[in-house]
Amino acid sequence: MGNLVGQTADQTTGQAAATTPLSSSSSKTIFGFWVYLMTDCVLFASLFATYAVLHGNTFGGPSGKDIFDMPFVLTETLMLLTSSFTAGLAVLAAQVQDKKTVIFCLAVTFLLGASFLGMELYEFHALVAEGNSWRTSGFLSAFFTLVGTHGMHIAAGLIWIGVLVGQILKKGLTKPVTRRLTLFSMFWHFLDIIWIFIFTIVYLMGVM
Amino acid sequence: MRKKVKLLPLILLAFAIVAAAGVVLLRGTNVAVLNPKGTIAQDQMDLIVFTSVLSLLIVVPVFALTIYISLKYRAGNKKAKYNPEWDHSRTAEAIWWIVPLALITVLAVATWVSTHKLDPYKPIASDKKPITVQVIALQWKWLFIYPEQNIATVNYVQFPEDTPVNFEITADAPMNSFWIPQLGGQVYAMAGMQTKLHLQASHIGEYRGTSANISGEGFAGMVFTAKATSESDFNTWVANSQKSDKKLTAAEYDALARPSEKNPPATYALSDKKIYDTTVMKYMTPGMTPESDAGHAAPGEHESTAQPTEAAPPTAPQGQDSPHDHNTHSHGEAH
Amino acid sequence: MFASILAHIDPLNPFHHGFIIGFGQITMVGALLAIVAALTLFKKWKWLWRNWLTTLDPKKIGIMYLIVAAVMLLRGLADAGMMRLQQALSAGDPSFLTSDHFQQVFTAHGTIMIFFAAMGAIFALFNLLIPLQIGARDVAFPFLNAASFWLFAAGAGLINLSLLVGGEFAATGWLAYPPLSGIAYSPGVGVDYWIWSLQIAGAGSLLSGINFLVTIFKMRAPGMTFMKMPLFVWSSLGSLALIVFAFPILTATLGMLALDRSMGMHFFTSDFGGNPMMYINLIWAWGHPEVYILILPAFGIFSEVVATFSGKRLFGYKSMVWAIVAITVLSFLVWLHHFFTMGAGANVNAFFGIMTMIIAVPTGVKVFNWLFTMYRGRIRFTTPMLWFLGFVLTFTIGGVAGVLMSVPAIDFQVHNSLFLVAHFHTMIVGGVVFGAFAGFTYWFPKFTGWKLNETLGKWAFWCWLLGFLGAFVPLYILGLMGATRRLDHYDPSLGWQGLFIVAGLGLALIFAGVGFQILQLIVSYFQRKTNRATGDIWDGRTLEWSTSSPPAEYNFAHMPNASERDAFWEVKQGNIPATTETAYKPIRVPKNTPLAMFVAGAACTIGFAVIWKLWWLAILGLLGLITLLIIRFSDDDTERTISAAEVKKIEQARQQKQEEEHSWATS
Repeated sequence: MGNLVGQTADQTTGQAAATTPLSSSSSKTIFGFWVYLMTDCVLFASLFATYAVLHGNTFGGPSGKDIFDMPFVLTETLMLLTSSFTAGLAVLAAQVQDKKTVIFCLAVTFLLGASFLGMELYEFHALVAEGNSWRTSGFLSAFFTLVGTHGMHIAAGLIWIGVLVGQILKKGLTKPVTRRLTLFSMFWHFLDIIWIFIFTIVYLMGVM
Repeated sequence: MRKKVKLLPLILLAFAIVAAAGVVLLRGTNVAVLNPKGTIAQDQMDLIVFTSVLSLLIVVPVFALTIYISLKYRAGNKKAKYNPEWDHSRTAEAIWWIVPLALITVLAVATWVSTHKLDPYKPIASDKKPITVQVIALQWKWLFIYPEQNIATVNYVQFPEDTPVNFEITADAPMNSFWIPQLGGQVYAMAGMQTKLHLQASHIGEYRGTSANISGEGFAGMVFTAKATSESDFNTWVANSQKSDKKLTAAEYDALARPSEKNPPATYALSDKKIYDTTVMKYMTPGMTPESDAGHAAPGEHESTAQPTEAAPPTAPQGQDSPHDHNTHSHGEAH
Repeated sequence: MFASILAHIDPLNPFHHGFIIGFGQITMVGALLAIVAALTLFKKWKWLWRNWLTTLDPKKIGIMYLIVAAVMLLRGLADAGMMRLQQALSAGDPSFLTSDHFQQVFTAHGTIMIFFAAMGAIFALFNLLIPLQIGARDVAFPFLNAASFWLFAAGAGLINLSLLVGGEFAATGWLAYPPLSGIAYSPGVGVDYWIWSLQIAGAGSLLSGINFLVTIFKMRAPGMTFMKMPLFVWSSLGSLALIVFAFPILTATLGMLALDRSMGMHFFTSDFGGNPMMYINLIWAWGHPEVYILILPAFGIFSEVVATFSGKRLFGYKSMVWAIVAITVLSFLVWLHHFFTMGAGANVNAFFGIMTMIIAVPTGVKVFNWLFTMYRGRIRFTTPMLWFLGFVLTFTIGGVAGVLMSVPAIDFQVHNSLFLVAHFHTMIVGGVVFGAFAGFTYWFPKFTGWKLNETLGKWAFWCWLLGFLGAFVPLYILGLMGATRRLDHYDPSLGWQGLFIVAGLGLALIFAGVGFQILQLIVSYFQRKTNRATGDIWDGRTLEWSTSSPPAEYNFAHMPNASERDAFWEVKQGNIPATTETAYKPIRVPKNTPLAMFVAGAACTIGFAVIWKLWWLAILGLLGLITLLIIRFSDDDTERTISAAEVKKIEQARQQKQEEEHSWATS
C-alpha cells in the first residue's frame, strides 16, 4: 500500500526511478487489473442477487430440477477447471521464456474454453428449442443472463488468447507480452471462480 | 464596525419582506402534513416536531458559530488571535463526535419505536369494527371496493370518523402510491402484490388524496377525495350506494381499467366480489396475465379475465401479504 | 430500415413533435453548425485535433470534462426553466407543455444534471487535481483516462441525439422504475436512449474510478504516505472506492432492463415471475453511493478552500479522514431509505432509518472541523470562500430535512413530495454545485494562467444563493401541503400557484447568476493579459501551487519532496526542501492518439444501433470496438521522451517569467 514512486520494485525496466512511472510498470497494471476484476465481481454479484430473488419464479414453467442435466454440467465444469490449469502452465512456461510451451498451453486452454462455450451454447439451444427460453419466466431470464454473461466473458477470453498467441509469435516473450499473459491468466482464473459459484448456486442447489 | 451596522437594517428588511410574502402566499392554503385530521397523521406530526427540535440543537450552534467566527476572524480584524499552526484539539473532537452521536441515539430509539408503532401494516386498536376497503390503482384513477358493504366507488372513498379503515391495496397499472396526507402516510400500490395501510379519521371532513408515484401520462390527475362522515351518514350512504344503478361487474371493471383521465367520482353496487382478488392474482397466474410480451399500452384491451380457476397457486395469498419478504431476500445477498 | 430512421430524424421535419421540441432541435443543430463554421473560418481543425481530440494529458482532459459538464448544466437548467414555467402556469389544466412532454423534460433534467453536469464536474476535478496534488506527472493509465472521457462525451451525445433522431426521451423519471419503463408501458425509443446513454457514460465512470484509484495508491510522490495526502485526495479516494463498488451494479441493472425491453425477458415485469421491486433495490444500491460519489469530492474542495483562505492548517486532519471513511462505508448501508414506502416491514425500515441518520454524525464533524479551521485564522472572503459559506447555510437546512426523512414514519408523509425534491436539490446544489463552483473559481487561474474577475464572481454567488433559496424554500412548504413531485398541473383551489410563481422567480435569479458567470468568463478572458496568474496565486498549501500556471505538460520537472502534509506550505516556510533531485532528467509522456475517441465512437454506434434495432450495425460497431482495443493493446510504443535539455529550457523560461512578474508586481 505504501508503494511510492522511487521505491517501486520495478527496477528491471532499466529506467531511472525518478522518471515518470509509466504503463510499463507491471505492479501498477496488475494492481489496476485486480481492481477491475473486483468490479466485475460486483457485476456478477448483482446478477447472482437477482437470480436468488427470481429463481423460484417459474410462473408455471420448469424449475432447475426440470432442466438441469448434471452430468453435462459436470463435464463442462471439469473442462473449464482444466483450462485454468493449462493457463497456469502457460504462465509458468513464460517465466522460463519457453515460447513453444506457452503457445501449446494457450492452445489447449483455448480448445477447452471453446468446448466449454460450445457445450453451453448447446444447452441454451436445447432449452430454447423445447420452449423454455428466457421469455418463459423470471427464473429463466435470470438463468440465461447470469450464465450467459459468464459465457460472454469466456468468449472475450478466447479472443484474448488469439491475440496473445499472435503477439507471442510476432514479438516473442517480451516484458509487455508476458505482462499481458499474466493479466489474462488472472482473468481466466477469475472466470473459473465465478463458474464455481454458478455451478454451486445455480446448478447444484437448483437440483437439490 | 460601520459595515455591520448598515447590514442590520437590510437583514431586518429582508426578513420583513419574506414574512409578508409568506403570509400572502400561505393564506387560503392547507399545509396538510402539519394539519392532521387522523390519528396516524397526528402521531407523524408529533414526530416531525420532535425531530426538528432535536436537529435545531445542532443547527443553531452551527449557524451561530459560523457567523461569529466569520466576523471575528476576518483578515481585516487584526486584533483577533492568529494561530496558523493550531490544528487539533482532543476536547473539541470529543464534543463534536459524541454530542451528535448522543442526539442521534435518542432519535434512533424514537425511530425504532415509532417505526413499529406507525407501521402501515399495523391494525389500529379500537373497539369499533374496522371498515375494509380494497383499493386498486388504475390508469389514471382510483377504484375503491367495499367487500363487506357490496359497493364500490371511483375517485372517492367514504368512511365514518373514529373508525379504523383497513386498506388493502394493489394496482392494475404501473407502480403508484396511495396517499391521504391529512390522515396518514402513503404506501406503494403494485401490480400482482398487496400492500396494506391502516388509517383512522379523527374529524369529520373531506380530505385530499393522491397518487405519489409517477405511473404514466395521466398521473397528475390521480386525485381522489377521502370523506370522513358521521356513522349514521355513512350507513345512509352505504344503503343508497347499494341501490345504485351502476353495477360493477367483471366486464365493467375491464372497461374501467382502460386508460382514462379526469374520471368523475362514481358509485357502484358491487356485482362481482372477486374483482380485487382476480386483479392481484392474474399477474401471478399463467394464462391470466395482461400478456405483457405482446406489448400493450392499454391493459384493459385484452379479453376480460375469467374467474380464477382452482389451479391457481395456493401460495399466492401469502405472497401478497408479505411483499417485504421479497426485500429480505435481496438484502441477504448484500452487494 | 433506413427509411424508418429517416422518418424519425426530426431536423428534416422539425415540428413533427411540436414547436418546443422543434425549437430545441434547431438550436442544437444550429450550435453544431456554428462551431464547425468557426473552426473552419479560423483554421483551427489541426489545433483542435492535436491539442484536444487526441490528447492524453489529464489537464486537458479535465478541461474537456468541464466544457461538456457546463454545456449539459445549461441544458439541464433549460429543462428546469420549462418545469418551473409549467408549474407556475398550470393551476388547472396543463399549460404550455403536454403531460407527456413535461414528463420527458423532468426525466431529462434529472438524468442530465446527475450523470453529465455533476459527474462531469467531479471527473474534471479528478483529472485536473489528483496527479498534481499527489506530486505525480500523469494518471496510472493515460489511454484509459482519455477513453473514459470520450465514453462520457458519447453518452452525452447520445442523450442529446434523442432529441434529433426520434424526438423522444424517457418519460419515467430519472431512474426509470419498471413496470412504467418496461416495454409494455413505454414502447417507444425514449427509455432505450436513456438506458444506453447511461450505460456508455457509466462505463466511462467505472474505468475512471479504477484509473484514479490506482493512481492514488501507486503514484504518490516520495514521502507522501496516506496520512500526508491533501484532503481533496482523501475525499476523492472515498468517492473512487464508491464508484468502483457501485457502478457495476448500475451496469448490471440497466442491462437487465434492456434485456426485458428488447428480448422479452422478465426481470422486472409485473407478471411472468418478474419482480419490479428488485429493480428498485438494485438501482438504489447504486443510486445512494452515487450521491456520495458526488458530495465527497465537494467536501474535499471545501477542505482545501477553507484552509487556504483562513491561512491556517486544516483542523483535525485525522478526524476528517476518519469521517470520510465512515461516510464511505455507511453509504453502502442505507439504500432502502429511498423506498421506505414499498412495504418492507418495520424492522427493516427502522434499521435503514437508523443507519441513515448515523451518517449525519461524520458529516457534522466535518462542518465543525471547517469552522475551527477558520477559528483563529485570517479569513479572506474571496469568491471560493463565499461559496463555502453558502454551502454551510444550505447544506445544513437540507441535512435537517434529511434527518427528518430518515425517520420512516415521517418519510411516509413526505416521500415523493416536493419536500423530498427540495431536500435533494439542497444537498446537490448546496453541496455539489456550490462545491464545484468553489473549486472552479479557486483553481481556474492555475490551469489557464489568468485570474477570474472577483466582482462578477461575487455577484454570481449572491444571485445563485438567493435564487436557490427563492426556488426551493417554497418547495419545502409545498411538499408539506401534500404536493407530490412531477405534477404537470394541479387544482387551482389549492392555492399552490403563488408558491410555484415564487419558485419560478428564484430560478430566474439563478439564471441571472449563470449570466454573471458567463460574463465573468468573457470579461476575464479579455482582461487576461493584465490579470496574469502566478504559480502560487492564493498563497496555497498543496503541491499544485508549486507549479507554473498553467503547469507544464509533465507537471513537475523534479519529483517534489512530499515528506510533510501541506508539502508546498512547508517548503515556503523553509522547513523542507522542494525536491531531492538536482539535475534535470528526460521525461517520458504519453503520445497523442485518436483511438480513445474512436473507441467511444464505436460504443456510441453500438448504443444507437441497439436502440433502433439495427443489429447489423451493432455487430459492426462491436467488431470495430474489438479491433480498436486490440490495436491499442498491441502497441508497445505509446510514449515519447521530452529530453532533459527541453525540460531545462521550459523551466528556465518559466523562472524568467516569474522574475518578470515579480518585478512587475513589486515595481
